Amino acid sequence: MNRYPWWKYTILGIALLVGLTFTLPNFFGEAPAVQVSSGKSTLKLDSSFVPRVEQVLKDAGLKPDFVQFEGNSIKARFADGDSQLKAKDALTKALNPNAEDPSYIVALNLLSRSPHWLTAVHALPMYLGLDLRGGVHFLMQVDMKAALTKKAEALTGDIRTLLRDKNLRHAGISRDNNNVEIRFRDRETLGAAVALLTEQLPDLQWADTPEGTEFKLTGTLKPVAARAVQDAALKQNITTLHNRINELGVTEPVIQQQGADRVVVQLPGVQDTAKAKDIIGRTATLELRMVDDSAEAQAAAQGTGPVPFGTERYQERGSRGIIVKRQVVLTGESLTDAQPGFDSQTHEPSVNLTLDAKGSRIFKDLTRENVGKRMAIILFEKGKGEVVTAPVIRSEIAGGRVQISGAMTTTEATDTALLLRAGSLAAPMEFIEESTIGPTLGADNIAKGFDSVIYGFTAIAIFMCAYYLLFGVFSTLSLAFNLLLLVAVLSMLQATLTLPGIAAIALTLGMAIDANVLINERVREELRAGASPQVAINSGYERAFATILDSNVTTLIAGVALLAFGSGPVKGFAVVHCLGILTSMFSAVVFSRGLVNLWYGRQKKLKGVLIGQVWKPKAATDLPANT
Amino acid sequence: MEFFRIHRDIPFMRHALVFNVISLLTFLIAVFFLVTRGLHLSNEFTGGTLIEARYAQAAEISKVRATVEALQFGDVQVQTFGDTHNVLIRLPVRGDGKQSEVVNRVFGDLCKVEAGTVRVKQVKTDKGELIDKPVCEAAGAEPVSLQRSEFVGPQVGRELAEDGAKALAFVVIGIMIYLAFRFEWKFSVAAIVANLHDVVIILGFFAFFQWEFSLSVLAAVLAVLGYSVNESVVIFDRIREAFRRYRKMNTHEVIDHAITSTMSRTIITHGCTQMMVLSMLLFGGPTLHYFAVALTIGILFGIYSSVFVAAAIAMWLGVKREDLVKSGGPAKDVDPDDPNAGAVV
Repeated sequence: MNRYPWWKYTILGIALLVGLTFTLPNFFGEAPAVQVSSGKSTLKLDSSFVPRVEQVLKDAGLKPDFVQFEGNSIKARFADGDSQLKAKDALTKALNPNAEDPSYIVALNLLSRSPHWLTAVHALPMYLGLDLRGGVHFLMQVDMKAALTKKAEALTGDIRTLLRDKNLRHAGISRDNNNVEIRFRDRETLGAAVALLTEQLPDLQWADTPEGTEFKLTGTLKPVAARAVQDAALKQNITTLHNRINELGVTEPVIQQQGADRVVVQLPGVQDTAKAKDIIGRTATLELRMVDDSAEAQAAAQGTGPVPFGTERYQERGSRGIIVKRQVVLTGESLTDAQPGFDSQTHEPSVNLTLDAKGSRIFKDLTRENVGKRMAIILFEKGKGEVVTAPVIRSEIAGGRVQISGAMTTTEATDTALLLRAGSLAAPMEFIEESTIGPTLGADNIAKGFDSVIYGFTAIAIFMCAYYLLFGVFSTLSLAFNLLLLVAVLSMLQATLTLPGIAAIALTLGMAIDANVLINERVREELRAGASPQVAINSGYERAFATILDSNVTTLIAGVALLAFGSGPVKGFAVVHCLGILTSMFSAVVFSRGLVNLWYGRQKKLKGVLIGQVWKPKAATDLPANT
Repeated sequence: MEFFRIHRDIPFMRHALVFNVISLLTFLIAVFFLVTRGLHLSNEFTGGTLIEARYAQAAEISKVRATVEALQFGDVQVQTFGDTHNVLIRLPVRGDGKQSEVVNRVFGDLCKVEAGTVRVKQVKTDKGELIDKPVCEAAGAEPVSLQRSEFVGPQVGRELAEDGAKALAFVVIGIMIYLAFRFEWKFSVAAIVANLHDVVIILGFFAFFQWEFSLSVLAAVLAVLGYSVNESVVIFDRIREAFRRYRKMNTHEVIDHAITSTMSRTIITHGCTQMMVLSMLLFGGPTLHYFAVALTIGILFGIYSSVFVAAAIAMWLGVKREDLVKSGGPAKDVDPDDPNAGAVV
C-alpha cells in the first residue's frame, strides 16, 4: 500500500540532482572582470581578437583566470579588484591608441565565479534585480504623438508626389495635427484622387466634406496602422537603446517595453546616472553622400595625396579610406525603414531601405544623374563618421526603395539594417522616472532578506520535529527540497530575484508547511480513529490531497493575478510566489510520501508510526459513529 | 505532543451571530478610517521626489525638517528610516525644477546646516567603478551623505493604482468561480465576503496608523486574500466530508464538527507562517517591514474570518447537505478503512 514504484523514486532522485546542480552557482559569488566590446557600430568583435587581448594582459604582467569570447564581447576574469583595474588601464592604452576616437570600450564588470562545468550546463546564478544589486533604473516615455506626426508628415509628402504624378490638380495639401487635408475644386478629381490614394496608401482612411465652394478630403491613419506606427517606433527606440547601452559595457542590462509607449531601462551595477543618461539620450545620424572617384581622390584614399577640395576622407568598414564629397544628399531623417533581404536577381544578401517621398525624389534625381558612380552611406556617432557601405549606382531608382547589396553576408546585411534603423530615433523619448540605489543598500537588503528566511525556516523546522517527531523530520526535509527546487527553477529560468522575491520565498515556505501539517494531522486523526498505521498513512495522504489541491489553486489564482497585472517589484514577487506554489505541491505530496514510503512502506506488520502523540479522547463515543 | 486535546465538538455556530456582528463592526470601523484618513500612499503611487540621507551622528529630525521646509517645496515629510542615522525626505511633485536640481538644492542646504561644503567627487565604489557623487565635507569628515534619490512622476502612479485594482478584481472573480465549481455557490459567496473583509481590515489598519502603503504591501494584501481563502477551503472541505459521513448531523453540528477537527491544523499552520513572517518583521530590514506587518494582520484576521465568519455566512445562506452531496441513492456509506469495501457476495 505505501510503496512507490521505482520510477517515482528515480524521478525524485533526478529532481534532487537537478535542484542541486542549478542552485550551486548562486553560492559562488562574483569575481571582478574586464569586458572589451566594440566601440563603433561598424566594428565587429569576434573570437579571433582573444589572442590580442591575452597578449596585452601578458605584457602588463597580469594573469587572468580566463579570457574568452562570449556574446559579442571578450571577458577576462581576475582574482581581485586591483588586477582588474590594472587590466582595464592596460587594455585601454593598448587597444585605443587614439583616446579621442576609441575603437573599443573597456569596462569593469562582475562575472560569476562558478566553475566551468556548471556554466557549461547552463547553470547560471539567478539574475539579481536592481534592488539587490544596486544600480540605475530609468523609465522612458516615447512621445507617440511625435511619431504619428512624423508619419503624417511623411504621408503628406507622399500624397503630394502621387497626385502630381497622376496630374490630379488640387487646391492645397496640409497637415492638421495627425490628419492630412487635401482640397479639390471638383468632385471628379476628388473621386479619382480617393481611388488612387486608397490603392497606393492602404494605411489611410478617407472622409470627404464639402467646404464652401471646394471639397475637402481628410485622411486619417487607420487605428491598426496607427498602432503599427507606434509599435514600430517603440521597437526601433528599444533597438537604439540596446545599442547605446552596450557602449556602457554593462552586464545584463534590462531594456523592455512597458505598456504601449514606455521603455524600462535598468542598469544594475552602474552608479553614474548622469553618464548613463548622457549616453542613452544621445542621437546618431545617417548621411548619404557621393563618392569622389577622380584620380586625385584615389590617391588621397591610398594616403599618398592630399584630400581634394570640397571632399572629406572617411574610413570604410574594413579600414579602407574613401573620399566623399562634402555635400550631404540625404540624411537619416528621410529613412523610414531598413530591412535585410535578398537581391531579387543575384540572390545575394542585401539591405532594403525605404525612403520617404521627399527622399525618394531626391534619390531618383541623384541616381539618374550619376549612373556608374559610387555613393557612400555614412553613420555618424559622437560627431565621427564611418562609411557603412559604398555601392555603385547601377540605374535610376524611383519609388524610394533602395537596395544595397554586394559583398555582404546575411549577418552583415542584418547588422547593417539594424545600424541604419538604429541610427535614428523614431520618436523622441523623455525620462519620467529615474532612481539610483546605492550598493550598500543592495548588499544590506540581500543579507537581511536571506537571514530572515533562514531564521524562519529554522524555527519552523524545530517546531515540526518536536511536534510531529519523525513525520516532522520528513516534513522539514520536504520543505528543504521545496526551497532547493524553487531556487533551482528560478536560476534555470534566469528569473529576476528582487527583494519582494525573497519575501515571496519566505511566504512560500510558510505556506508550504500547510500541506505537510494537513497530512500529518490527518494521519494522526486516522490513527486516533483506530486505523492501522499503514492504512492511516495511506488514507491520511489521500484525504489530505483534495484539500491541498483546492487551497493551492486558490492561492495560485491570487499569484497569477499579481503576475498579470503587476509590474516591477510586484511582478518579481508574483513570479516567485506562483513557482513556489507549484514546487510546494510537488515536494509536499510526492517527496514526503516518497520518504515515508521508503521508511515505513516495507514493514508489513507496522505497529506504530513516529508521529508524536496521538491523543485519544477518553470517551471514544464522543465522535458520532458512522451510520 | 498534542496541543489540541479537544474532547467534543466546540459549539461555534451557537455564537455565530456574535462573531458576525464583531466582524461587521470591525469592517465598518476600517471603512470609516479608510474614508476619513485615507491611505498613506507611498512614492510609487503619488509621485514625487524621495531623498535618503545618512548622517554620521544621529540625525536631528526637527533640524532636518526645518531646513527642508525653508526651501518652500510644499508639504514635505521627514522621517527616520531604519535607524536613527538614516533620514528619508519626501517632496511632492513639482511642475518646475528638474529632479536633480531639487535633490542638489536639498542636499546642499542639509550640508550647509552641518557647516560643510558640497563637492562633487569621484568616488570608487566597492565594485571599482568611478562615479561622480556630491559629497558633503566638514573639517575632513562627512557629516551627511546622499544614499539614494528617486523620482516618480504621477503618471506612473495612476497606472499602478489601476493595475492594482484590476488585480484585485481578477482575484475575487477567479476565486469565486473556482469555489462555485468545487463546492457550491453559497460557499463561494461566503468565502469571498469573509475574506474581502480581511483585506478591508488590513487597509483600515494602514489608514488608521498611516503606515506607508507601497507596492510590496499591495502584493502582501493580495497574497493574504489567497491565503485566507485557502483557510476557508480547508474548512469547507471538511464540511463536505462531514455531510457525507455523518448523516444524522444537521448543518449546525456538521459545521461545528468541521471547525473543531481542523482547529489543530489551522492553528499550527498559521503559527508556522507567522513564525516566518515574524522573522521577516524582526530581521528583514526596513524595506520588508510593512510587508511583514500587512501579512501578520492578514494572518490573524484570516483565522478569525475563515473559522468563524465564512462558515457562519454559509450557514445563514442556507447551505444544506443536498448542496454538496450529489448522490441521491441510498445512504450506503463506503468506509475506506473497511478492508471488505466493495465486496459483493
